[in-house]
Amino acid sequence: MSDGKRELIRFEEVTKAYGATLALKKVSFTCQAGEVRAVLGENGAGKSTLMKLMSGVIQPTLGKIYVDGQPVRLESPGAARDLGIVCMFQELSLVPDLSVRDNILLGAKEVGMGRLSKGNLTRARAILDRIEGAHIPMKRKVADLSLPERQQVEIAKAICRAPRLLILDEATSALNASVVQKVFGLVRDLRDQGTGILFISHRFHEVDDLADSISVFRNGEHVDTFQKGKHSYSEIIAKMIGQSLTELFPPRLSPIPDGAPLLKVDDLSFGDTLRGVSLEVRPGEVLGLGGLDGQGQMVLVQALFGLLKKTGGQISENGHPLQLKSPRAAKAPPTGIALVPEDRKTEGLIPELSIRENMELAALGRHPFGLTDLDNGIDPDLFTRFTSEMELVCRNFDQPVSDLSGGNQQKVALTKWLALQPRCLLLADPTRGIDVKTKTQIYRLIRQLAAEGVAIILLSTDYEELIHLCDSVHVFYDGAVRQVLEGPELTAENIIAASLNVNSVPVQAAQGHPAHA
Amino acid sequence: MTARLFNRVQLDADALVPWIASLIVILVGATVFPKFLSAGYLLQQLQIASFLGVLATGAMVVILLGHIDLSIPWVLGGAAILSTSLAGTGNPALVALAIPAALAFGALVGVINGIGVSIFRIPSMVWTLAVNAMLLGVAVLNTGGFNPKGEASALMSSLSTGSTIGLPHALIVWLCLCLLVFAILKRTTFGRYLIAIGNSEKATYLSGVETPRIVFGAFMLAGACSALGGVLLAGYANQAYQSMGDPYLMPTIAAVVIGGTSILGGKGSFVGTIGGAIFITLLTSVLSVMQISEAWRQIIFGSIVLSMLLAQNLRRRKA
Amino acid sequence: MLDDIRTNKREVIALAFLVVLVSVYLTTHPSGPTTYVLTIWANQCTVLALVAIAQFFAVLVRGLDLSVGAVMALTNTLASHLLIGSSTSIGLGLLAVLAVGSLCGLANGLAIVYGRIQPIVATLASASVFVGLALLLRPTPGGEIDFDLADALTLDIWGLPTALVILTVIVVVFWIPLRRTGFGLALYAIGSSQQAAFQSGTPVARVRLAAFVLAGLFAGVAGLFVSFITTTGDASIAPNYTLNSIAAVVLGGIALRGGVGSLFGALIGAFILKTISALMFFSGLPPLAQPFVEGLILAVAIAIGSADILRLRNRLEVFDR
Repeated sequence: MSDGKRELIRFEEVTKAYGATLALKKVSFTCQAGEVRAVLGENGAGKSTLMKLMSGVIQPTLGKIYVDGQPVRLESPGAARDLGIVCMFQELSLVPDLSVRDNILLGAKEVGMGRLSKGNLTRARAILDRIEGAHIPMKRKVADLSLPERQQVEIAKAICRAPRLLILDEATSALNASVVQKVFGLVRDLRDQGTGILFISHRFHEVDDLADSISVFRNGEHVDTFQKGKHSYSEIIAKMIGQSLTELFPPRLSPIPDGAPLLKVDDLSFGDTLRGVSLEVRPGEVLGLGGLDGQGQMVLVQALFGLLKKTGGQISENGHPLQLKSPRAAKAPPTGIALVPEDRKTEGLIPELSIRENMELAALGRHPFGLTDLDNGIDPDLFTRFTSEMELVCRNFDQPVSDLSGGNQQKVALTKWLALQPRCLLLADPTRGIDVKTKTQIYRLIRQLAAEGVAIILLSTDYEELIHLCDSVHVFYDGAVRQVLEGPELTAENIIAASLNVNSVPVQAAQGHPAHA
Repeated sequence: MTARLFNRVQLDADALVPWIASLIVILVGATVFPKFLSAGYLLQQLQIASFLGVLATGAMVVILLGHIDLSIPWVLGGAAILSTSLAGTGNPALVALAIPAALAFGALVGVINGIGVSIFRIPSMVWTLAVNAMLLGVAVLNTGGFNPKGEASALMSSLSTGSTIGLPHALIVWLCLCLLVFAILKRTTFGRYLIAIGNSEKATYLSGVETPRIVFGAFMLAGACSALGGVLLAGYANQAYQSMGDPYLMPTIAAVVIGGTSILGGKGSFVGTIGGAIFITLLTSVLSVMQISEAWRQIIFGSIVLSMLLAQNLRRRKA
Repeated sequence: MLDDIRTNKREVIALAFLVVLVSVYLTTHPSGPTTYVLTIWANQCTVLALVAIAQFFAVLVRGLDLSVGAVMALTNTLASHLLIGSSTSIGLGLLAVLAVGSLCGLANGLAIVYGRIQPIVATLASASVFVGLALLLRPTPGGEIDFDLADALTLDIWGLPTALVILTVIVVVFWIPLRRTGFGLALYAIGSSQQAAFQSGTPVARVRLAAFVLAGLFAGVAGLFVSFITTTGDASIAPNYTLNSIAAVVLGGIALRGGVGSLFGALIGAFILKTISALMFFSGLPPLAQPFVEGLILAVAIAIGSADILRLRNRLEVFDR
């Protein structure tokens, strides 16, 4: 491992600004050949910005980037590729309407704009076969692949370009443990051949398994880089969030409720993405939905918000069966179900519109269709109660939402629905990509809403959130509830085990290796 | 209250562009023909601009939604044929029905457009084109391909050619329509939803809005506007004729777009659209008064629209 | 094989529809399937097919081109001046006509890619300029085209319409090889997901520009072919062809949102559209009803093509289409 350790890429005081928001602040960072470097940090810490800068998707506002000691300007992903930098993006960079084969050839250096060479395909096939992707046909359209299959293709596409620096941004988030191990084997081989690897993951056991060294980012700053093993799990977390976990999660304000359930889901099914799910949630309860991405949690939430047609089973409220034909039906009183969607920018909000217009959009529906005078329509006090509680930072409500930071945007998305005083609040990963301070504010709000008797269903990919906020957690696997965890059972190990559909996990799982399924 | 209303008009620079351009056209025209500056000429231009303006108002509603209505020509033509035929019967009841029937026809076509666009989710560009083709077919079937018999009713003629204390009625109709649609867009939930859908239909639907209803409403409103345009033009010419709407499609869209409304929807300015209609009318008039050939008129027209759009984009990128 | 059919589902359906239409046409035609009938039919279809190809390249990269008809008019009127005289001057004339078509496409591309004007709007305005230029060249229809050349390209080769041979050559010599290059791939990738294409290292701006140049080039070829059929120049042909080219690509299974469909589909769509009009002519329907029935068939075909939207069970998926 010591051989070939030379500098591949170096950042010198690199700053990246989006309007008034600084995504990276004067970051200096070096990456070496023949080393696997894990980059840790919370969502919004600047990891993705770092990766995008390296792969030429965006350009720095200030500062310099050196490759092999030479100052370079990475103008486009094409330019980065020509220097041997290849990134596997978190938001998949596959073209949905093209086949697997076409995607692998697209933009490959040997192909360019000219004749398609087959060399890459043989290599890609071999890589796919090695990471349990032998069943994926080269001619299948990417849109017809499952999420894990797409990640496998994405990995094969990146690796068959023979990168000198390979960036893996949450590359294995949808893959099961056994495939992850094979991918890691492949990555280790590449490292031993001298490739530099940057590896972003939220799973500590993966970092522990693969990384040689670790860099921690927080709030757009490079906090520290050290060899693996130098710091303990809790020390690393402290570096990541800048405070301890107990400060992050506010204490419970009310006892776990035990009254009659508000919402009852009976044997709900939808195609093969949801298979006979039953659960109940009481007023004042925070019910967690866990599991890997795409295991049916999101489908359940969509069903509860009236987005699915022809579902099997039944949803009832206070014993009355609900006919959820649309979000309009779901939000209408007395049903009062609200959904704060996963993707703020395309689903939760309309960034081009003002804060006021966004907040009013959901509430307006309670007035008669059409000719209502907007000025007398909605009392702004309805919103200010929540915006001041969450300390929304803005000039005034006429400012466009796109001007706000991610955290403040999420506050608007929450206020939009809270103003309706819903009886049941569906939250889909509400803290994704958000700074620590806002997270705490949102957690405090969740606690308070629960104390006021709102039934909350919280879908999250963050174990800590599920453990510290929820009264019980339903862990999904393959469209069904794999396990319901409550009280002392509610641990990271158990959530991981259930997510991966294994029965038990060695005690050291959180720090060490996952069980091999 | 007034301040608030004014604030919402959003007098941004894009909306002013066609107004300034109109001013330039008048001044340049006046150097050649001094009568350009006379009130009579300008009022006459405003009267002619009203026809285009009524069409552009409807087109803008649909464009704000993020769609486009290419059925304007034959909604216009159909409404003209329908209204003149009814008026031509001489039966007082039918004559009185001429205008309402034409507007209802326009709204009905709007419903058909809405079905294709919001239920089948066919791109509006294609579906409204197909609807236009069908309307053409219906018109040919009914009139035998000849110019239909009939005439404008007294009310139709008065609306498009009459004037009160010097103000052309057509202009009054246009301004009233503008106020009405402006009120709908700015003062009602329907208008708010319309803009929201133009920006993101998905996010609007997820806010619990029945977006198809809004799409239907917008296309109906646009259809009625096109029909009103047809009624006015039929009143102006005192007859309806085959394919009378064809020359109006492109200028209508151009009027909306140079007024600063994004063809992708969600953002637009009423003041700009009004200015756009006036500018295009003035430009056409100046070019024809200067006896510039049809060929050069087209070239100049296209180049000016292109350069105005380029200027808008360059300015925006600087900002 | 199954994957192939699934990917090209829309084209397969369109092709089946076309086969039915053509057989009905040939069997109901009063003079039967003679070479003459075939040739007239093929010529009509080919003009539209060529504009549809032009529209296909624009649509493929998410850019509707409303100027294809205008480019046709311009190249048609230009051809009516240049394609006469010695074989050298005709040869140079052909090159000049095609170059003008490509230049029109380049102008559109520059306004769209670097001027950042929406394609619909940019081509709407440029169409006006192109038609104006065509009117300068031919204020009224007229001019002539070398008859030998026109005959050679619009009659038949051993009973097979030359027009069909030309289209086959385009598919075999141009399209199939193009589809096997990185450029061909990039065209699709940009239409399907510009972000993903960019992240994969595709030079997005240049490829889009090239797509619009190709659109101009093929509109020029279409204009040229019109010249061979009519042997005159006419500046007023633009609007019809623009609108029909859009209808043709949609019927051929090409998604207006870009990235889906093939040049072959554009051909099928164009043939369907023209065969329908040809059928109307001999169908025995009252002539006055023909435009309506034609419009109705177009509307129904489009609606059926989109009917699978009603089967979607997740109401959110509707918005991603």
